Amino acid sequence: MTAEETLTVLAGICLLFGALLSLAAGVGLLRFPDALSRMHAATKPQILGLIFILLAIALSNNNWATVATLIPVLLFQMMTAPISAHMIGRAAYRAGKRTDKHLLVDELEEAIDAAQAEAARHNR
Amino acid sequence: MPEFSGRSVRRSWAHQIPLLLWLVVLWMLLWGSFSWLNLVTGAIIAVLVTRVFYLPPVLLSGRFNLRWALVFSAHFVYDLIKGSIIVAWTAIRPGAVPRSSVIAVPLRTRSDLIMTLTTIAISLVPGSLVVETDRVRSLLYVHALATDDEAAVEQARQIVLTVEARIIRAMGSKDDLKRLVENRRAA
Repeated sequence: MTAEETLTVLAGICLLFGALLSLAAGVGLLRFPDALSRMHAATKPQILGLIFILLAIALSNNNWATVATLIPVLLFQMMTAPISAHMIGRAAYRAGKRTDKHLLVDELEEAIDAAQAEAARHNR
Repeated sequence: MPEFSGRSVRRSWAHQIPLLLWLVVLWMLLWGSFSWLNLVTGAIIAVLVTRVFYLPPVLLSGRFNLRWALVFSAHFVYDLIKGSIIVAWTAIRPGAVPRSSVIAVPLRTRSDLIMTLTTIAISLVPGSLVVETDRVRSLLYVHALATDDEAAVEQARQIVLTVEARIIRAMGSKDDLKRLVENRRAA
């Protein structure tokens, strides 16, 4: 096998891993019971999946200009994915707080209850 | 709170230099080439962007430990791969999906930057997600996937604290480091 063929095979393997992670994310989106758990499936396996896809692009198209443009793609994804996950998770938590039976411990609810009791005491 | 005397403004200007350099590097990465023209236009745009879209200055601690930064990066990549596989497996394996928990994690840092970096690092690793933050009390409320018993909850809390400790050791202020050591001794 020549060097170029080896790179193509490696790129193919990376593409396959990336695709598998995206598939798992899709399955998780359907199977996880509540919005918060779904956020894990929806936002996270993609980071590693994206890394694999970008690696495949870098391997198959090996010049530095391409790699240089791939780095900001990954960085911006890494900086923005947690923010969107946080905002959706926060909204989901506030919307479905009392009906959620999928949590074992909920220390945020305890803190909110304590704060509301405190506010009620002040208003009296 | 930062005071806005002439000296502190000048100092925050010096603290901005790493961020300006980063903007120039980003500009060159976006163009995909390193040339003098890109360097000059990048520098002009970096200054313009930070002047026009004014944000509160990011307060860097002025400390940076390369060894701990590398330790943090290596652990981060490992956690990212491990977490991705675990969440993917939780999604596709047969049987019911285990319950999760929302846990409060009291951070030791008092810096917005360290708190943000910890939140991003935790949120990027599959299995944990920051739902709510309490900036005044340095509290993170973390949603941890598949924590079905008390031991798993405690373990998830320790993982968040370990990530924070690595970031503080890499680039936290001396003050944060001191609090970290005291906290560890107390525990």
